[in-house]
Amino acid sequence: MSEKILVIGELQQGNLRKVSYETIAAAKQLDGDAEIIALVMGDGDLQTPANEMIQHGADRAITVAHTNLSNYTSEGYGQVMMEVMQEENPSAIIMGHTSIGKDVTPKIASRLELGLISDAVAIGKEDGQVVFTRPIYSGKAFEKKIIKDKGVLFATIRPNNISAIERDTSRTGDIIAKEVDVKDLRTIVKEVIRKKTEGVDLSEAKIVIAGGRGVKSAEGFKALYELAELLGGAVGASRGACDADYCDYSLQIGQTGKVVTPDLYIAVGISGAIQHMAGMSNSKVIVAINSDAEANIFNMADYGIVGDLFEILPLLIKEIKLEGSLVS
Amino acid sequence: MNIYVLLKKTFDTEEAISVSGGQIDESGAEFIINPYDEYAVEEAIQQRDAHGGTVTVVTIGDQDSEKQLRTALAMGADHAVLINTDDDLDEGDQFTTAKILEKFFEEREADLILAGNVAIDEASGQVGPRLAERLDMPFITTIVKLEIVDGLATVEKDVEGDRERIEVPLPVLVTCQQGLNEPRYTSLPGIMKAKKKPLEQLELDDLDLDEDDVAAKTATIAVFLPPTKQAGRILAGETESQVKELVDLLRNKAKVM
Repeated sequence: MSEKILVIGELQQGNLRKVSYETIAAAKQLDGDAEIIALVMGDGDLQTPANEMIQHGADRAITVAHTNLSNYTSEGYGQVMMEVMQEENPSAIIMGHTSIGKDVTPKIASRLELGLISDAVAIGKEDGQVVFTRPIYSGKAFEKKIIKDKGVLFATIRPNNISAIERDTSRTGDIIAKEVDVKDLRTIVKEVIRKKTEGVDLSEAKIVIAGGRGVKSAEGFKALYELAELLGGAVGASRGACDADYCDYSLQIGQTGKVVTPDLYIAVGISGAIQHMAGMSNSKVIVAINSDAEANIFNMADYGIVGDLFEILPLLIKEIKLEGSLVS
Repeated sequence: MNIYVLLKKTFDTEEAISVSGGQIDESGAEFIINPYDEYAVEEAIQQRDAHGGTVTVVTIGDQDSEKQLRTALAMGADHAVLINTDDDLDEGDQFTTAKILEKFFEEREADLILAGNVAIDEASGQVGPRLAERLDMPFITTIVKLEIVDGLATVEKDVEGDRERIEVPLPVLVTCQQGLNEPRYTSLPGIMKAKKKPLEQLELDDLDLDEDDVAAKTATIAVFLPPTKQAGRILAGETESQVKELVDLLRNKAKVM
């Protein structure tokens, strides 16, 4: 093994995010022979997630525990990543394009004067060079990018686009607890206010149920939450629904807002403005439910039902429950 | 307070995208202030009105970028700076932009720098954090609230739907997320006043930079449109049977449930 690739095992309330496993698969796509080193930072049990990174394909893991890493700060994570990079001298670094990944990777790239490809959805090789594909104009177009300097290949990958390697519980590898004195933080997290009611993160959800103005009220969103919970998905919204105060802006999908690429996107009462479509058009399967047969969303949908969502949603919930009970 | 806003000119959100000659076709397109940067301009004006000082908007672009700068001046910014790289640079990336801005800020004292959390065109979200790092300034991205008291900023950051309350001393760089404020419209008196406000123009030379100093670290080798989607199926029949059919299709044909 000649080259080393560093991937980050990102913790969210103590558990690894799915995209962290995907970084390992991405590393293998970059260089199948490289040694993959997983770095896990935090302030609790890091042994378990480090081991899980190895079971998903990493060769070795480094853990760094410190009270100043209990909450993410770019300065804290930056100090650790910089130190590990100096020690290991990796040829590539891959991290999830998450709230944390978006925040810390440009800091490190800037410090080390490196190129950084953010939000990659695919990695390939063309003419012997590594080529990253990423969406631009909110998914209305794509670009292929390369890193020009011979230095480090540095990228963040969008959740849900590169398949993780299946877990192999028999896999083992060294886990080294490294000490880093994380200090002199200027940004101090005083409080974390959890606003998310559902368990599944919108950006990582395999199924998204999104509501628009047609849902008519915050009350109307309850059926969407019920359906999302039933399917293990997350709830999203159009800007119209957010502007009308039916739900929080954090749920907004679109050009301003989140861009999602789930396996299944169910658009409920959404007309399909171009700005909204930009945020969800790359979903694998799109279902539209809308009373207006002329709604633009039907041009984008794989399957559409024209009708009253307040009649259709309960039927859908009932049908799924019924099917589920037949299976079990 | 010396407040700076990093501004980018982007395609209007309504524009359809087409590709010609391996590039996004910009001919005839309408350009706007990147929507996230509008939150930054609005917040800068509100902070200045609360604490005094001046708001300077800075952009890197070409002669046409003057239009977006004038709009920001019409909203209420005090000064504008256009770093015109049209003659000097063929292509750049986030490294290039941050490097130019680093030089620009070397001679200036900024207490607060605001930027959009992301630009809706290239959407890298890198420039703000990259610049802050070069200036050895702390930064907080995706903020939805900002309060400044005695040189200490209390910020609320959107973390994928959750919120964090963070304290950080000035100077600081923040990037603005939807929900921070409601950007004001430009009024006619605002537009009239904006015409008289100072708009400074700089080139790389003025910043003691040449093309090699800011050469991009990455390169775009292809631009393409996503494959056009095949027309979907609108189901028909009784609502109840449509729902049954849909669930069957999703489970057994599309296999996404």
